[in-house]
Amino acid sequence: MQNSNDHIVRSFDKELRTIHEIIIRMGGMAENQLAEAVDALVQRDSAKAELVRAEDAKIDLLEEELEAAVVQLIALRQPVANDLRAVISALKISSDLERIGDYAKNIAKRSIAINQMPPQKSVTSIMRMSKLVQEIVKDTLDAFSHSDKDRAIDVWHRDEEVDEMYTSLFRELLTYMMEDPRNIGACTHMLFIAKNIERMGDHATNIAETIYYLSTGHKLEGKRPKGDRTPFQILSTEEDDDDNSEVEI
Amino acid sequence: MDMQNFKTREKAAMAEPKIIARDVNVYYGQNQALKSIELDIAANEVTALIGPSGCGKSTFLRCINRMNDVIENCRVEGRINLEGIDIYNSGLDPVLLRARVGMVFQKPNPFPKSIYDNIAYGPRLHGISSGKDELEATVESSLRRAGLWEEVKDRLDSPGTGLSGGQQQRLCIARAIAVNPEVILMDEPCSALDPIATAKIEELIDELRENFTIVIVTHSMQQAARVSQKTAFFHLGELVEVGETDKLFTSPEDQRTQGYITGRFG
Repeated sequence: MQNSNDHIVRSFDKELRTIHEIIIRMGGMAENQLAEAVDALVQRDSAKAELVRAEDAKIDLLEEELEAAVVQLIALRQPVANDLRAVISALKISSDLERIGDYAKNIAKRSIAINQMPPQKSVTSIMRMSKLVQEIVKDTLDAFSHSDKDRAIDVWHRDEEVDEMYTSLFRELLTYMMEDPRNIGACTHMLFIAKNIERMGDHATNIAETIYYLSTGHKLEGKRPKGDRTPFQILSTEEDDDDNSEVEI
Repeated sequence: MDMQNFKTREKAAMAEPKIIARDVNVYYGQNQALKSIELDIAANEVTALIGPSGCGKSTFLRCINRMNDVIENCRVEGRINLEGIDIYNSGLDPVLLRARVGMVFQKPNPFPKSIYDNIAYGPRLHGISSGKDELEATVESSLRRAGLWEEVKDRLDSPGTGLSGGQQQRLCIARAIAVNPEVILMDEPCSALDPIATAKIEELIDELRENFTIVIVTHSMQQAARVSQKTAFFHLGELVEVGETDKLFTSPEDQRTQGYITGRFG
Protein backbone atom coordinates (compact mmCIF):
# COMPACT_ATOMS: atom_id res chain seq x y z
CA MET A 1 0.00 0.00 0.00
CA GLN A 2 1.31 3.43 -0.89
CA ASN A 3 1.54 5.88 1.95
CA SER A 4 0.88 8.81 -0.25
CA ASN A 5 -2.49 10.51 -0.29
CA ASP A 6 -2.35 10.96 -4.02
CA HIS A 7 -4.56 9.23 -6.50
CA ILE A 8 -3.10 6.79 -8.97
CA VAL A 9 -4.61 9.01 -11.67
CA ARG A 10 -2.85 12.29 -11.01
CA SER A 11 -5.19 14.52 -12.99
CA PHE A 12 -7.88 13.59 -10.45
CA ASP A 13 -5.77 15.20 -7.71
CA LYS A 14 -5.27 18.25 -9.86
CA GLU A 15 -9.02 18.68 -10.31
CA LEU A 16 -9.66 18.29 -6.60
CA ARG A 17 -6.95 20.84 -5.88
CA THR A 18 -8.52 23.29 -8.30
CA ILE A 19 -11.85 22.98 -6.48
CA HIS A 20 -10.13 23.46 -3.13
CA GLU A 21 -8.32 26.55 -4.38
CA ILE A 22 -11.50 28.15 -5.73
CA ILE A 23 -13.07 27.82 -2.27
CA ILE A 24 -10.03 29.40 -0.62
CA ARG A 25 -10.15 32.27 -3.09
CA MET A 26 -13.89 32.79 -2.67
CA GLY A 27 -13.45 32.73 1.10
CA GLY A 28 -10.69 35.31 1.02
CA MET A 29 -12.78 37.55 -1.19
CA ALA A 30 -15.92 37.21 0.92
CA GLU A 31 -13.97 38.01 4.06
CA ASN A 32 -12.42 41.03 2.40
CA GLN A 33 -15.76 42.23 1.05
CA LEU A 34 -17.19 42.32 4.57
CA ALA A 35 -14.19 44.29 5.86
CA GLU A 36 -14.38 46.76 2.99
CA ALA A 37 -18.15 47.22 3.23
CA VAL A 38 -18.01 48.03 6.94
CA ASP A 39 -14.99 50.24 6.34
CA ALA A 40 -16.99 52.17 3.74
CA LEU A 41 -19.69 52.65 6.37
CA VAL A 42 -17.29 53.74 9.11
CA GLN A 43 -15.28 56.06 6.84
CA ARG A 44 -18.48 57.29 5.17
CA ASP A 45 -16.75 56.50 1.89
CA SER A 46 -19.37 55.98 -0.82
CA ALA A 47 -16.78 55.43 -3.54
CA LYS A 48 -15.41 52.49 -1.62
CA ALA A 49 -18.96 51.17 -1.14
CA GLU A 50 -19.48 51.29 -4.91
CA LEU A 51 -16.31 49.29 -5.35
CA VAL A 52 -17.62 46.60 -2.97
CA ARG A 53 -20.84 46.42 -4.94
CA ALA A 54 -18.93 45.87 -8.17
CA GLU A 55 -16.55 43.30 -6.65
CA ASP A 56 -19.40 40.98 -5.69
CA ALA A 57 -19.79 39.87 -9.31
CA LYS A 58 -16.36 38.25 -9.07
CA ILE A 59 -17.46 36.00 -6.20
CA ASP A 60 -20.52 35.01 -8.19
CA LEU A 61 -18.32 34.12 -11.14
CA LEU A 62 -16.11 31.97 -8.95
CA GLU A 63 -19.15 30.14 -7.67
CA GLU A 64 -20.19 29.36 -11.23
CA GLU A 65 -16.68 28.21 -12.04
CA LEU A 66 -16.71 25.92 -9.02
CA GLU A 67 -20.11 24.47 -9.87
CA ALA A 68 -18.91 23.61 -13.36
CA ALA A 69 -15.77 21.97 -11.97
CA VAL A 70 -17.78 19.91 -9.47
CA VAL A 71 -20.33 18.76 -12.05
CA GLN A 72 -17.55 17.76 -14.40
CA LEU A 73 -15.66 15.89 -11.70
CA ILE A 74 -18.75 13.96 -10.60
CA ALA A 75 -19.59 13.05 -14.19
CA LEU A 76 -16.11 11.95 -15.18
CA ARG A 77 -14.61 10.54 -11.97
CA GLN A 78 -17.56 9.24 -9.96
CA PRO A 79 -15.91 10.20 -6.66
CA VAL A 80 -16.58 8.17 -3.52
CA ALA A 81 -15.79 8.39 0.20
CA ASN A 82 -13.64 11.40 1.16
CA ASP A 83 -13.44 12.54 -2.49
CA LEU A 84 -17.22 12.56 -2.74
CA ARG A 85 -17.48 14.43 0.54
CA ALA A 86 -14.91 16.94 -0.69
CA VAL A 87 -16.82 17.85 -3.84
CA ILE A 88 -20.25 17.90 -2.21
CA SER A 89 -18.85 20.03 0.62
CA ALA A 90 -17.22 22.40 -1.85
CA LEU A 91 -20.56 22.89 -3.56
CA LYS A 92 -22.28 23.68 -0.27
CA ILE A 93 -19.51 25.90 1.06
CA SER A 94 -19.38 27.90 -2.16
CA SER A 95 -23.05 28.71 -1.91
CA ASP A 96 -22.58 29.85 1.71
CA LEU A 97 -19.65 32.03 0.67
CA GLU A 98 -21.61 33.46 -2.21
CA ARG A 99 -24.36 34.44 0.25
CA ILE A 100 -21.80 36.07 2.54
CA GLY A 101 -20.69 38.08 -0.50
CA ASP A 102 -24.28 39.12 -1.19
CA TYR A 103 -24.69 40.37 2.36
CA ALA A 104 -21.50 42.43 2.07
CA LYS A 105 -22.84 43.95 -1.14
CA ASN A 106 -26.08 44.81 0.63
CA ILE A 107 -24.15 46.46 3.47
CA ALA A 108 -22.28 48.54 0.89
CA LYS A 109 -25.54 49.62 -0.74
CA ARG A 110 -27.03 50.66 2.60
CA SER A 111 -23.90 52.50 3.65
CA ILE A 112 -24.24 54.67 0.53
CA ALA A 113 -27.72 55.61 1.74
CA ILE A 114 -26.55 56.15 5.33
CA ASN A 115 -23.76 58.42 4.11
CA GLN A 116 -26.46 60.89 3.04
CA MET A 117 -27.64 61.11 6.67
CA PRO A 118 -25.99 62.41 9.86
CA PRO A 119 -23.32 60.15 11.42
CA GLN A 120 -24.66 57.27 13.51
CA LYS A 121 -23.50 56.35 17.01
CA SER A 122 -24.23 52.67 16.44
CA VAL A 123 -21.42 52.45 13.88
CA THR A 124 -18.98 51.46 16.64
CA SER A 125 -21.10 48.46 17.62
CA ILE A 126 -21.45 47.43 13.96
CA MET A 127 -17.68 47.65 13.66
CA ARG A 128 -17.18 45.40 16.68
CA MET A 129 -19.66 42.87 15.39
CA SER A 130 -18.11 42.87 11.95
CA LYS A 131 -14.62 42.34 13.45
CA LEU A 132 -15.90 39.25 15.23
CA VAL A 133 -17.60 37.83 12.13
CA GLN A 134 -14.50 38.52 10.04
CA GLU A 135 -12.46 36.54 12.54
CA ILE A 136 -14.98 33.73 12.45
CA VAL A 137 -15.01 33.63 8.66
CA LYS A 138 -11.22 33.64 8.64
CA ASP A 139 -11.01 30.81 11.18
CA THR A 140 -13.62 28.87 9.22
CA LEU A 141 -11.48 29.15 6.12
CA ASP A 142 -8.41 28.05 8.07
CA ALA A 143 -10.38 25.07 9.35
CA PHE A 144 -11.35 24.31 5.75
CA SER A 145 -7.86 24.53 4.33
CA HIS A 146 -6.54 22.16 7.02
CA SER A 147 -9.69 19.98 7.21
CA ASP A 148 -9.49 20.73 10.93
CA LYS A 149 -12.63 19.48 12.63
CA ASP A 150 -11.68 20.83 16.08
CA ARG A 151 -11.32 24.34 14.77
CA ALA A 152 -14.63 23.90 12.93
CA ILE A 153 -16.33 22.97 16.21
CA ASP A 154 -14.76 26.00 17.87
CA VAL A 155 -16.10 28.30 15.14
CA TRP A 156 -19.48 26.64 15.38
CA HIS A 157 -19.75 27.60 19.04
CA ARG A 158 -18.67 31.18 18.49
CA ASP A 159 -21.75 32.04 16.47
CA GLU A 160 -23.55 32.43 19.78
CA GLU A 161 -21.37 35.48 20.53
CA VAL A 162 -22.44 37.05 17.24
CA ASP A 163 -26.08 36.42 18.01
CA GLU A 164 -25.72 38.02 21.42
CA MET A 165 -24.04 41.06 19.92
CA TYR A 166 -26.85 41.34 17.44
CA THR A 167 -29.47 41.17 20.19
CA SER A 168 -27.78 43.97 22.09
CA LEU A 169 -27.39 46.06 18.94
CA PHE A 170 -31.06 45.56 18.21
CA ARG A 171 -31.85 47.05 21.62
CA GLU A 172 -29.38 49.88 21.15
CA LEU A 173 -31.00 50.83 17.84
CA LEU A 174 -34.48 50.65 19.34
CA THR A 175 -33.38 53.11 21.99
CA TYR A 176 -32.08 55.59 19.39
CA MET A 177 -35.27 55.32 17.40
CA MET A 178 -37.39 55.94 20.47
CA GLU A 179 -35.23 58.88 21.50
CA ASP A 180 -35.78 60.68 18.22
CA PRO A 181 -38.02 59.50 15.37
CA ARG A 182 -35.74 61.31 12.90
CA ASN A 183 -33.23 58.49 13.55
CA ILE A 184 -35.61 55.85 12.31
CA GLY A 185 -34.49 55.93 8.66
CA ALA A 186 -30.80 55.55 9.38
CA CYS A 187 -31.35 53.17 12.28
CA THR A 188 -33.45 50.87 10.11
CA HIS A 189 -30.59 50.67 7.64
CA MET A 190 -28.21 50.00 10.54
CA LEU A 191 -30.49 47.26 11.79
CA PHE A 192 -30.48 45.58 8.39
CA ILE A 193 -26.72 45.87 8.29
CA ALA A 194 -26.46 44.25 11.70
CA LYS A 195 -28.84 41.52 10.55
CA ASN A 196 -26.71 40.96 7.44
CA ILE A 197 -23.61 40.52 9.57
CA GLU A 198 -25.47 38.17 11.87
CA ARG A 199 -26.57 36.10 8.85
CA MET A 200 -22.96 35.95 7.69
CA GLY A 201 -22.15 34.36 11.02
CA ASP A 202 -24.87 31.79 10.38
CA HIS A 203 -23.38 30.93 7.02
CA ALA A 204 -19.97 30.56 8.64
CA THR A 205 -21.65 28.16 11.07
CA ASN A 206 -23.05 26.21 8.11
CA ILE A 207 -19.58 26.03 6.65
CA ALA A 208 -18.21 24.79 9.97
CA GLU A 209 -20.80 22.00 9.96
CA THR A 210 -19.85 21.10 6.41
CA ILE A 211 -16.16 21.00 7.33
CA TYR A 212 -16.94 18.66 10.20
CA TYR A 213 -18.80 16.35 7.83
CA LEU A 214 -16.04 16.63 5.27
CA SER A 215 -13.33 15.54 7.65
CA THR A 216 -15.23 12.94 9.71
CA GLY A 217 -18.01 11.63 7.48
CA HIS A 218 -20.49 12.29 10.27
CA LYS A 219 -22.92 15.08 10.95
CA LEU A 220 -22.08 17.50 13.74
CA GLU A 221 -24.45 16.43 16.49
CA GLY A 222 -25.98 18.66 19.13
CA LYS A 223 -28.15 21.70 19.31
CA ARG A 224 -27.01 24.59 17.24
CA PRO A 225 -25.89 27.48 19.43
CA LYS A 226 -28.42 30.27 19.34
CA GLY A 227 -28.06 33.62 21.03
CA ASP A 228 -30.37 35.72 18.91
CA ARG A 229 -33.37 36.52 21.09
CA THR A 230 -34.80 39.28 18.90
CA PRO A 231 -37.57 37.17 17.36
CA PHE A 232 -39.07 37.02 20.86
CA GLN A 233 -38.73 40.71 21.59
CA ILE A 234 -41.74 43.00 21.75
CA LEU A 235 -41.66 46.76 21.48
CA SER A 236 -42.50 48.87 24.46
CA THR A 237 -42.29 52.60 25.01
CA GLU A 238 -42.10 52.18 28.79
CA GLU A 239 -39.05 53.90 30.30
CA ASP A 240 -38.25 50.97 32.57
CA ASP A 241 -38.33 48.54 29.71
CA ASP A 242 -35.95 45.68 30.57
CA ASP A 243 -35.45 41.95 30.09
CA ASN A 244 -39.08 41.30 30.92
CA SER A 245 -39.97 42.47 27.46
CA GLU A 246 -39.21 39.02 26.14
CA VAL A 247 -42.13 36.76 25.48
CA GLU A 248 -41.87 33.10 24.79
CA ILE A 249 -43.86 31.82 21.88
CA MET B 1 -37.32 3.87 1.08
CA ASP B 2 -40.72 2.39 0.34
CA MET B 3 -42.56 0.35 2.93
CA GLN B 4 -42.12 -3.00 1.20
CA ASN B 5 -38.41 -2.50 0.93
CA PHE B 6 -38.25 -1.39 4.53
CA LYS B 7 -40.06 -4.51 5.72
CA THR B 8 -37.81 -6.81 3.71
CA ARG B 9 -34.80 -5.13 5.21
CA GLU B 10 -36.20 -5.25 8.68
CA LYS B 11 -36.92 -8.94 8.28
CA ALA B 12 -33.40 -9.51 7.03
CA ALA B 13 -31.94 -7.58 9.93
CA MET B 14 -33.84 -9.63 12.49
CA ALA B 15 -33.20 -13.00 10.88
CA GLU B 16 -30.13 -15.14 11.51
CA PRO B 17 -27.38 -14.60 8.96
CA LYS B 18 -27.56 -17.11 6.11
CA ILE B 19 -23.85 -17.72 6.18
CA ILE B 20 -21.51 -17.27 9.11
CA ALA B 21 -17.75 -17.41 8.66
CA ARG B 22 -15.59 -17.64 11.76
CA ASP B 23 -11.82 -17.55 11.97
CA VAL B 24 -11.45 -18.77 8.38
CA ASN B 25 -7.82 -19.27 7.37
CA VAL B 26 -6.88 -20.54 3.92
CA TYR B 27 -3.43 -21.70 2.86
CA TYR B 28 -2.10 -22.53 -0.59
CA GLY B 29 0.88 -24.60 0.46
CA GLN B 30 2.98 -22.28 2.57
CA ASN B 31 1.13 -19.14 1.53
CA GLN B 32 -1.66 -17.90 3.69
CA ALA B 33 -4.35 -16.50 1.40
CA LEU B 34 -6.95 -15.63 4.03
CA LYS B 35 -6.32 -14.55 7.59
CA SER B 36 -8.91 -15.17 10.23
CA ILE B 37 -11.95 -14.01 8.28
CA GLU B 38 -15.09 -13.30 10.30
CA LEU B 39 -18.09 -12.43 8.19
CA ASP B 40 -21.86 -12.72 8.43
CA ILE B 41 -23.83 -12.84 5.20
CA ALA B 42 -27.48 -11.90 5.51
CA ALA B 43 -30.22 -13.77 3.68
CA ASN B 44 -31.87 -12.12 0.67
CA GLU B 45 -29.20 -9.52 0.39
CA VAL B 46 -26.43 -8.93 -2.09
CA THR B 47 -23.03 -8.90 -0.44
CA ALA B 48 -20.21 -7.56 -2.58
CA LEU B 49 -16.61 -8.58 -1.97
CA ILE B 50 -14.13 -6.02 -3.23
CA GLY B 51 -10.38 -5.56 -3.05
CA PRO B 52 -7.27 -5.50 -5.21
CA SER B 53 -6.13 -8.59 -7.12
CA GLY B 54 -4.78 -11.28 -4.85
CA CYS B 55 -6.54 -9.92 -1.77
CA GLY B 56 -8.38 -13.19 -1.16
CA LYS B 57 -11.91 -12.22 -2.13
CA SER B 58 -12.28 -14.96 -4.75
CA THR B 59 -10.64 -17.46 -2.42
CA PHE B 60 -13.23 -16.61 0.20
CA LEU B 61 -16.05 -16.89 -2.33
CA ARG B 62 -14.86 -20.33 -3.35
CA CYS B 63 -14.76 -21.44 0.28
CA ILE B 64 -18.50 -20.94 0.53
CA ASN B 65 -19.28 -23.88 -1.76
CA ARG B 66 -16.02 -25.79 -1.22
CA MET B 67 -14.67 -25.11 -4.69
CA ASN B 68 -11.23 -24.95 -3.08
CA ASP B 69 -11.43 -28.67 -2.29
CA VAL B 70 -10.29 -29.50 -5.79
CA ILE B 71 -7.23 -27.26 -5.59
CA GLU B 72 -4.15 -29.17 -4.60
CA ASN B 73 -2.27 -27.87 -1.55
CA CYS B 74 -5.22 -25.79 -0.50
CA ARG B 75 -6.09 -26.03 3.17
CA VAL B 76 -9.14 -24.40 4.76
CA GLU B 77 -9.31 -23.89 8.52
CA GLY B 78 -12.06 -22.40 10.64
CA ARG B 79 -15.78 -22.63 10.33
CA ILE B 80 -18.30 -21.65 7.67
CA ASN B 81 -21.89 -22.28 8.61
CA LEU B 82 -24.74 -22.39 6.14
CA GLU B 83 -27.92 -22.02 8.14
CA GLY B 84 -26.21 -23.36 11.22
CA ILE B 85 -24.55 -26.34 9.53
CA ASP B 86 -20.77 -26.38 9.34
CA ILE B 87 -20.13 -27.02 5.64
CA TYR B 88 -16.60 -28.34 6.19
CA ASN B 89 -16.93 -30.54 9.25
CA SER B 90 -20.38 -32.03 9.28
CA GLY B 91 -19.96 -34.74 6.66
CA LEU B 92 -22.03 -32.70 4.20
CA ASP B 93 -21.65 -33.97 0.63
CA PRO B 94 -19.94 -31.18 -1.38
CA VAL B 95 -22.08 -32.05 -4.39
CA LEU B 96 -25.25 -31.46 -2.39
CA LEU B 97 -23.73 -28.32 -0.91
CA ARG B 98 -23.11 -26.98 -4.41
CA ALA B 99 -26.74 -27.60 -5.29
CA ARG B 100 -27.64 -25.31 -2.38
CA VAL B 101 -24.86 -22.85 -3.13
CA GLY B 102 -24.65 -22.24 -6.86
CA MET B 103 -21.94 -20.41 -8.72
CA VAL B 104 -21.62 -18.16 -11.74
CA PHE B 105 -18.16 -17.55 -13.14
CA GLN B 106 -16.35 -14.65 -14.71
CA LYS B 107 -16.38 -16.07 -18.20
CA PRO B 108 -19.74 -17.46 -19.30
CA ASN B 109 -19.22 -21.23 -19.48
CA PRO B 110 -22.31 -22.87 -20.96
CA PHE B 111 -22.07 -26.60 -21.60
CA PRO B 112 -21.57 -27.52 -25.26
CA LYS B 113 -25.19 -28.60 -25.33
CA SER B 114 -28.49 -27.10 -26.32
CA ILE B 115 -29.95 -24.22 -24.36
CA TYR B 116 -32.58 -26.60 -23.01
CA ASP B 117 -30.04 -29.18 -21.87
CA ASN B 118 -27.88 -26.55 -20.22
CA ILE B 119 -30.74 -25.79 -17.86
CA ALA B 120 -32.08 -29.34 -17.59
CA TYR B 121 -28.70 -30.79 -16.68
CA GLY B 122 -28.74 -29.87 -13.00
CA PRO B 123 -32.35 -30.86 -12.25
CA ARG B 124 -31.77 -34.21 -13.99
CA LEU B 125 -28.55 -34.81 -12.08
CA HIS B 126 -30.13 -34.06 -8.74
CA GLY B 127 -33.38 -35.80 -9.65
CA ILE B 128 -35.32 -32.65 -8.91
CA SER B 129 -37.87 -32.91 -11.72
CA SER B 130 -39.95 -36.07 -11.81
CA GLY B 131 -41.19 -35.97 -15.38
CA LYS B 132 -40.72 -34.37 -18.76
CA ASP B 133 -43.46 -31.82 -18.14
CA GLU B 134 -42.03 -30.77 -14.83
CA LEU B 135 -38.56 -30.51 -16.33
CA GLU B 136 -39.90 -28.31 -19.12
CA ALA B 137 -41.60 -26.12 -16.56
CA THR B 138 -38.35 -25.81 -14.61
CA VAL B 139 -36.43 -24.87 -17.75
CA GLU B 140 -38.98 -22.22 -18.66
CA SER B 141 -39.21 -20.71 -15.20
CA SER B 142 -35.42 -20.65 -14.79
CA LEU B 143 -35.01 -18.91 -18.12
CA ARG B 144 -37.78 -16.50 -17.22
CA ARG B 145 -36.23 -15.66 -13.88
CA ALA B 146 -32.91 -15.06 -15.64
CA GLY B 147 -34.68 -12.71 -18.05
CA LEU B 148 -33.69 -14.84 -21.04
CA TRP B 149 -36.92 -16.66 -21.92
CA GLU B 150 -38.27 -14.20 -24.47
CA GLU B 151 -34.97 -14.16 -26.31
CA VAL B 152 -34.51 -17.94 -26.58
CA LYS B 153 -37.93 -19.59 -26.34
CA ASP B 154 -38.00 -20.32 -30.07
CA ARG B 155 -34.59 -21.88 -30.22
CA LEU B 156 -34.21 -24.00 -27.14
CA ASP B 157 -32.56 -26.70 -29.22
CA SER B 158 -29.77 -24.51 -30.54
CA PRO B 159 -26.41 -24.66 -28.76
CA GLY B 160 -25.93 -22.47 -25.68
CA THR B 161 -22.51 -21.48 -26.96
CA GLY B 162 -24.14 -19.72 -29.91
CA LEU B 163 -25.65 -17.01 -27.73
CA SER B 164 -24.07 -13.60 -27.19
CA GLY B 165 -21.80 -13.09 -24.18
CA GLY B 166 -24.47 -11.43 -22.09
CA GLN B 167 -27.04 -14.06 -23.03
CA GLN B 168 -24.58 -16.83 -22.21
CA GLN B 169 -24.03 -15.33 -18.79
CA ARG B 170 -27.77 -15.14 -18.17
CA LEU B 171 -27.97 -18.75 -19.36
CA CYS B 172 -25.38 -19.65 -16.73
CA ILE B 173 -27.42 -17.82 -14.11
CA ALA B 174 -30.55 -19.69 -15.28
CA ARG B 175 -28.58 -22.93 -15.04
CA ALA B 176 -27.51 -22.05 -11.50
CA ILE B 177 -31.04 -21.26 -10.34
CA ALA B 178 -32.60 -24.32 -12.04
CA VAL B 179 -31.62 -26.53 -9.10
CA ASN B 180 -33.27 -24.04 -6.76
CA PRO B 181 -30.25 -23.07 -4.68
CA GLU B 182 -30.37 -20.84 -1.61
CA VAL B 183 -27.19 -18.97 -2.30
CA ILE B 184 -25.68 -17.82 -5.58
CA LEU B 185 -22.00 -16.98 -5.72
CA MET B 186 -20.85 -14.77 -8.57
CA ASP B 187 -17.22 -14.31 -9.43
CA GLU B 188 -16.93 -11.14 -11.50
CA PRO B 189 -19.97 -12.09 -13.56
CA CYS B 190 -19.88 -8.98 -15.75
CA SER B 191 -16.20 -8.44 -16.40
CA ALA B 192 -16.43 -9.99 -19.87
CA LEU B 193 -19.63 -8.16 -20.81
CA ASP B 194 -20.46 -4.85 -22.45
CA PRO B 195 -22.27 -2.11 -20.47
CA ILE B 196 -25.77 -3.03 -21.71
CA ALA B 197 -25.35 -6.73 -20.92
CA THR B 198 -23.83 -5.67 -17.58
CA ALA B 199 -26.86 -3.51 -16.79
CA LYS B 200 -29.17 -6.45 -17.56
CA ILE B 201 -27.22 -8.75 -15.24
CA GLU B 202 -27.25 -6.09 -12.51
CA GLU B 203 -30.99 -5.68 -12.87
CA LEU B 204 -31.32 -9.46 -12.69
CA ILE B 205 -29.19 -9.62 -9.53
CA ASP B 206 -31.49 -7.11 -7.91
CA GLU B 207 -34.56 -9.20 -8.79
CA LEU B 208 -32.96 -12.45 -7.72
CA ARG B 209 -32.17 -11.28 -4.24
CA GLU B 210 -35.82 -11.57 -3.35
CA ASN B 211 -35.45 -15.35 -3.49
CA PHE B 212 -31.74 -15.93 -3.13
CA THR B 213 -28.80 -14.81 -1.06
CA ILE B 214 -26.15 -13.45 -3.38
CA VAL B 215 -22.43 -13.01 -2.85
CA ILE B 216 -20.63 -11.26 -5.66
CA VAL B 217 -16.95 -10.63 -6.27
CA THR B 218 -16.39 -7.63 -8.46
CA HIS B 219 -13.51 -5.46 -9.57
CA SER B 220 -15.85 -2.66 -10.41
CA MET B 221 -16.49 -0.60 -7.32
CA GLN B 222 -19.29 1.20 -9.09
CA GLN B 223 -20.91 -2.18 -9.64
CA ALA B 224 -20.53 -3.09 -5.97
CA ALA B 225 -22.09 0.25 -5.10
CA ARG B 226 -24.96 -0.30 -7.52
CA VAL B 227 -25.97 -3.87 -6.78
CA SER B 228 -25.09 -4.66 -3.19
CA GLN B 229 -26.56 -3.90 0.21
CA LYS B 230 -23.40 -4.91 2.08
CA THR B 231 -19.85 -4.51 0.95
CA ALA B 232 -16.79 -6.26 2.34
CA PHE B 233 -13.32 -4.95 1.57
CA PHE B 234 -10.45 -7.45 1.52
CA HIS B 235 -6.78 -6.52 1.48
CA LEU B 236 -3.75 -8.82 1.69
CA GLY B 237 -5.87 -11.72 2.91
CA GLU B 238 -7.58 -9.73 5.63
CA LEU B 239 -11.15 -8.58 5.83
CA VAL B 240 -10.51 -4.90 6.47
CA GLU B 241 -14.02 -3.56 6.67
CA VAL B 242 -17.57 -4.70 6.10
CA GLY B 243 -20.71 -2.63 6.30
CA GLU B 244 -23.73 -1.14 4.62
CA THR B 245 -22.76 -0.33 1.05
CA ASP B 246 -23.98 3.27 1.16
CA LYS B 247 -22.03 3.89 4.37
CA LEU B 248 -18.88 2.26 3.06
CA PHE B 249 -18.87 4.36 -0.08
CA THR B 250 -19.55 7.67 1.64
CA SER B 251 -17.65 7.38 4.91
CA PRO B 252 -15.54 4.25 5.26
CA GLU B 253 -14.00 3.65 8.69
CA ASP B 254 -10.65 2.32 7.63
CA GLN B 255 -7.98 4.34 5.83
CA ARG B 256 -7.14 1.34 3.63
CA THR B 257 -10.75 1.07 2.47
CA GLN B 258 -10.79 4.76 1.69
CA GLY B 259 -7.49 4.54 -0.17
CA TYR B 260 -8.73 1.66 -2.29
CA ILE B 261 -12.20 2.86 -3.20
CA THR B 262 -11.02 6.36 -4.04
CA GLY B 263 -8.29 5.01 -6.30
CA ARG B 264 -5.28 5.94 -4.19
CA PHE B 265 -3.76 2.47 -4.19
CA GLY B 266 -4.51 -0.93 -5.58
